[in-house]
Amino acid sequence: MPFSDQALARLRADAADIIGRYPRSRSALLPLLHLVQSEDGYVSEDGIKFCAETLGCTETEVVGVATFYTMYKHSPAGEYQVGVCTNTLCAIMGGDQIYAELAQHLGADPHAHDAASPGGRPPKTPPGHGGIVSADRKVGIERVECNAACDYAPVVMVNWEFFDNMTPEKAKKLVDDLRAGNKVTPTRGPDRLCTWKQSARILAGFGDGQATEGPSAGPASLVGLELAKEHGWSAPAPKASQPTNKDAK
Amino acid sequence: MTDMLTPVLTAHWDEPDSFTLAGYERTGGYQGLRKALAMTPDDVIAAVKTSVLRGRGGAGFPTGVKWSFIPQGDNKPHYLTVNADESEPGTCKDVPLMMATPHTLIEGAIIACYAIRAGHAFIYIRGEVLHVVRRLQHAVAEAYEAGYLGKNILGSGFDLDIVVHAGAGAYICGEETALLTSLEGYRGLPRNRPPFPAVEGLYASPTVINNVESIASVPSIMAEGADWFAGLGTEKSKGYGIFSLSGHVTHPGQYEAPLGITLRELLELAGGVRAGHRLKFWTPGGSSTPILTDAHLDVPLDFESVAAAGSMLGTRALQIFDETVCVVRAALRWTEFYQHESCGKCTPCREGSYWMVRTIQRLENGEGTEEDLETMLDVGDNIIGRAFCALGDAVPVPIQGALKYFRDEIVQHQKEGGCPFDPAASTLWAGSSGGRGGSSPRSDGAGLK
Repeated sequence: MPFSDQALARLRADAADIIGRYPRSRSALLPLLHLVQSEDGYVSEDGIKFCAETLGCTETEVVGVATFYTMYKHSPAGEYQVGVCTNTLCAIMGGDQIYAELAQHLGADPHAHDAASPGGRPPKTPPGHGGIVSADRKVGIERVECNAACDYAPVVMVNWEFFDNMTPEKAKKLVDDLRAGNKVTPTRGPDRLCTWKQSARILAGFGDGQATEGPSAGPASLVGLELAKEHGWSAPAPKASQPTNKDAK
Repeated sequence: MTDMLTPVLTAHWDEPDSFTLAGYERTGGYQGLRKALAMTPDDVIAAVKTSVLRGRGGAGFPTGVKWSFIPQGDNKPHYLTVNADESEPGTCKDVPLMMATPHTLIEGAIIACYAIRAGHAFIYIRGEVLHVVRRLQHAVAEAYEAGYLGKNILGSGFDLDIVVHAGAGAYICGEETALLTSLEGYRGLPRNRPPFPAVEGLYASPTVINNVESIASVPSIMAEGADWFAGLGTEKSKGYGIFSLSGHVTHPGQYEAPLGITLRELLELAGGVRAGHRLKFWTPGGSSTPILTDAHLDVPLDFESVAAAGSMLGTRALQIFDETVCVVRAALRWTEFYQHESCGKCTPCREGSYWMVRTIQRLENGEGTEEDLETMLDVGDNIIGRAFCALGDAVPVPIQGALKYFRDEIVQHQKEGGCPFDPAASTLWAGSSGGRGGSSPRSDGAGLK
């Protein structure tokens, strides 16, 4: 369905803002793809066309880029995209079990893709495939790679917000809450989870005013600092009035 | 004598407003910038050289030396790109840093740009950490408002714009030349070097690419002095760094210490390997660094000592695995990761990773042969050094480590016709109610049942 005139006008204004950030307009393609994903929930044909027209490149070039990056979806994603980390550490800490139980919980066969994957596990979201999406399109689940939160393993992401130290039970309750429309708060994130489309808009560079919500750091991020405070450990004080570049050559 | 832990970057993460400009300034924020702006750019570079700060993104290249490679007076725009694409499995230091104290990174970036005479900087952050993207966007906006960014910064005559650029999901974009290609709006394919980014980087202009923690360390060097920084750490690995412990450890998390601390010391701080279990293998700096075992507990975690032990310091991402973990399963999953993330440009990496996954899967299933082991080593040898970037070099690393230290365990898979481990025993909830986990199969040897 082509963008309405109203949507197009809005997208064009946002696109001009994005392009203005870069010395060369082509650099705007990744944020523009986030932007069109925020409109349709995935990189639609209209979105591809919009990016190509805006940057003066071919649609094929845009598709080539969009299919390289796993965050761009090629069919409508769930309103809440649940990503279970199944990279080695999280998988071993329980991510494999969480994914399998979540898939079953959503009524999907967790091994649906096994035949296509000699690796014995469902393949990562292949291009053009939004993973498993519930019939009501509320929740989609997929496997994700290491999300830089290993000290909180096993980790689940929803719309790219952190849900730390998950268990199969917690993950299933999370999905139930999302489907029921209950308020869900990420472990280290804003007070309330935003939708998939809203998250894509933030990634395009347009904040939602929620940056100051949530903690500075989670508990695992602070274990070393707390231990240091407990023992009175600190970095040594600099020697007095030492010029910064004393020995600079 | 220096204390066991030396919080600098992490020192204020426990304050509720550490991510705001007000919170950052209250704890001495932007004082390093003021000192730097009072110096000449060349003196700033010299000070960073004197500090012997080495890149914290894994490679350990001296940051000041990298900056000095930028040609001056060349009438070309210069760029700084901050590599905030933290994706190396096990690595989880830059993300909490940017969430808790994004201004440390921004202050460091301003100092770096002043030093290399860049007027435009990009923070290339992976897109999968939404709240961290929010925090960075917010901090950049605050810095503009306060006059730390934009025109005539603090009256110095220096102009700088910083753009927060969210990636879109591709491990390869953490490789510096792939990052540049991606930032230019293309598929993230690495480039051949030379030319090096210092000469032809972003838009074929001189470009410095630095890891988040490297750049975030610069304000402290400016504020406290290069000699202060160089006074920490070991002879050739100076300063402090964040050590990230994860996996089968009682208190996983971030521990900031001088370089050269050992895993034995860190484990002691972290309450040891989880109760009732013992260390089997670990990565010193992410999945691309060869695994080590309990024979390496006393290796000083600095660049030289870890290299001498046959691995790499990498990003100090210490993933701890106890005796319940099947090393073949771990190696398989890491290799699958590399296969998934191979950009496809170089045939040895693209095809080699594909076939290695299939061979390791066969080993894990207990269907492997002795010949498979040799084949895999051979395939590995034919990937290493034959791809444009280091991703290819990393592909054989996990299985090589498994073969080096746990060959018997691989053979055991073949003998038993399958994996002898119970994955439930490794989970976070193993041994808790529900009886899913249970204790480990054995408490000595390779942990086989």
